Amino acid sequence: MSAEGGRLRLEDWLRVASVGLRARPMRAALSALGIAIGTAAIVAILGISSSSQAGLLAEIDRLGTNLLTVEAGQSLTGAPAQLPSEAPPRITLLGDVQSVADTGKVEDEKVYRSPLVPAADSGGIQVRGASLNLPSVLGTGVARGAWLNEGTARVPVAVLGAVAAQRLGIDLVYPDQRIWLGGQWFNVAGVLAPSPLEPDIDTSALIGYPAAQKYLGYVSVIAGAQKAGPPSSIYVRTVTGREAAVQSLLAKTANPESPYEVAVSQPSDVLTARAAAAGAFDSLFLGLGVVALIVGAVGVANIMVISVLERRSEIGLRRALGATKSQIRTQFLSESILLAVIGGVVGVLAGAAATAIYAGTKGWTIVIPVEAWSGGIASAILIGAFAGLMPALRASRMPPTVALRTA
Amino acid sequence: MSRKAVLRLERLSKVYGEQPPVWALRGVSFSVRRGELVAIVGPSGSGMSTLLHVMGTLERPSRGVVRIDGVDAAKLSDSEVSLLRAKEIGFVFQQFFLAEHATVRENVADGLLYAGVAAAERHRLADEALERVGLSERASFKPTKISGGERQRVAIARALVGRPAIVLADEPTGNLDSATGASIMELIHELNADGATILMITHDVGLADQLPRQIRMLDGEVVSDT
Repeated sequence: MSAEGGRLRLEDWLRVASVGLRARPMRAALSALGIAIGTAAIVAILGISSSSQAGLLAEIDRLGTNLLTVEAGQSLTGAPAQLPSEAPPRITLLGDVQSVADTGKVEDEKVYRSPLVPAADSGGIQVRGASLNLPSVLGTGVARGAWLNEGTARVPVAVLGAVAAQRLGIDLVYPDQRIWLGGQWFNVAGVLAPSPLEPDIDTSALIGYPAAQKYLGYVSVIAGAQKAGPPSSIYVRTVTGREAAVQSLLAKTANPESPYEVAVSQPSDVLTARAAAAGAFDSLFLGLGVVALIVGAVGVANIMVISVLERRSEIGLRRALGATKSQIRTQFLSESILLAVIGGVVGVLAGAAATAIYAGTKGWTIVIPVEAWSGGIASAILIGAFAGLMPALRASRMPPTVALRTA
Repeated sequence: MSRKAVLRLERLSKVYGEQPPVWALRGVSFSVRRGELVAIVGPSGSGMSTLLHVMGTLERPSRGVVRIDGVDAAKLSDSEVSLLRAKEIGFVFQQFFLAEHATVRENVADGLLYAGVAAAERHRLADEALERVGLSERASFKPTKISGGERQRVAIARALVGRPAIVLADEPTGNLDSATGASIMELIHELNADGATILMITHDVGLADQLPRQIRMLDGEVVSDT
């Protein structure tokens, strides 16, 4: 007679472990629900924060991290500095530079929907002269209408940034659409899509440099000749991977006489930081998920305690049929783990579904971190084992005669 | 007699508690040979339930020896004695103890669940056992859909499914009306005639008198053994 003969096969073991769940499915479902809610909350929180991060990273990827911005800083005395007008062409000559665009902010010019709008209601919209290649360098699309061209850059025509258009209440572009810009009418040729890398563009009304010179008097004198300018922001696309090398040369190239008056930045840094922040999950909700898990664990433990008391005769019968103490212990422990794992799996699926729906509405890629779902299942197994341990021990220690007598 | 003893009890005693100690069994000795049909009869409190549990190795005696098929149960570990129960001892209880969510066939097959028999073989043997108790056509029913007498037949089939050395029946007709009880007794006689060794506990002297051998008990002692 070998003790091996009494070992249960896997399918028998699963059948025995699920006896209690099959006998009382409603009770099993309700006690698994707590764990399902907790797991779902945790998976959804981790999933949504990861998906939102993935969304931002995808956007950074689309916009490129190889954009550098050169702006006028401050002089040593703290006064606003200016960039030399010849800075953009000089930067173009640098190695590893792919393209260069620039805008010049025309100070003290405001934009209104009509001359009847009170002067104070300027909406914070800036007027900028812009080089014609600006949208292609920034990676900003044209939402409606058209961008400036050689012709429209010379006449009173403006293109609005996304936020500027919204503030002016312009969402359609038709031939006679006009705005009151710098004390005269400008036609609106188009509206730009949002420009995440350069939010300043969003709040600007962009006009051609020749128009800025002709209608707004935006000029600087270079070698005795009047020329539109100077630029206040220069946007530089570099060869990917060479950003740092170019960045170190930009200040000196833009303003060799006083390089310390030039501020150089990499706008994608801001987005990258925002992506990192989005990846940090909300610890309050995560805490609530953990609390739900603990409540679920207590529910499972409670059900298992009741189950062992109720099923004394079953325990006695199984002992009479030849179950060992350890087989009884394994049965109840397995049942508890099974219950918790069912809750865990349902929770992971619900959390994943919530993430998918939320990410879908935001247009993000759906990301469910491996730690989230594997951790959800693993914690369910642990909870089941923990909650079932005492009841299982109690069941296995119950003398079969007592179990049979209390039928 | 040439037939071998399948169950041998030697000076069996069982004491419960300490102050004061309660003697449920006092020096019980007898043996049961293969193929016997024995009634253990006595009033409530005469120690018959304790005797059944000790004989069935569900409880260890305070003193004395229980041999099942020549094996001293006291020398076995929990897993060994469990396997002995799984293979050599069948139980029939007054309350049937059937699993309500499982079919009749599954209930009978579970008689071999812990004996290390594969599921397909268990179901084949269960069908055989159900045929022996005349319940073949109820195999796929749930226990809640059959009568009390049929339930006890299922329980008997479960005890017999592994052809154990001995079947211990605890008041098998106690929860049944007299006509149904009589048919169960008829079945027990038939199964015994077929070779099963059956030991039945009962308070009913009339019932015991129908059986070939009666062991009468009082206050934990055997008072007569025919």
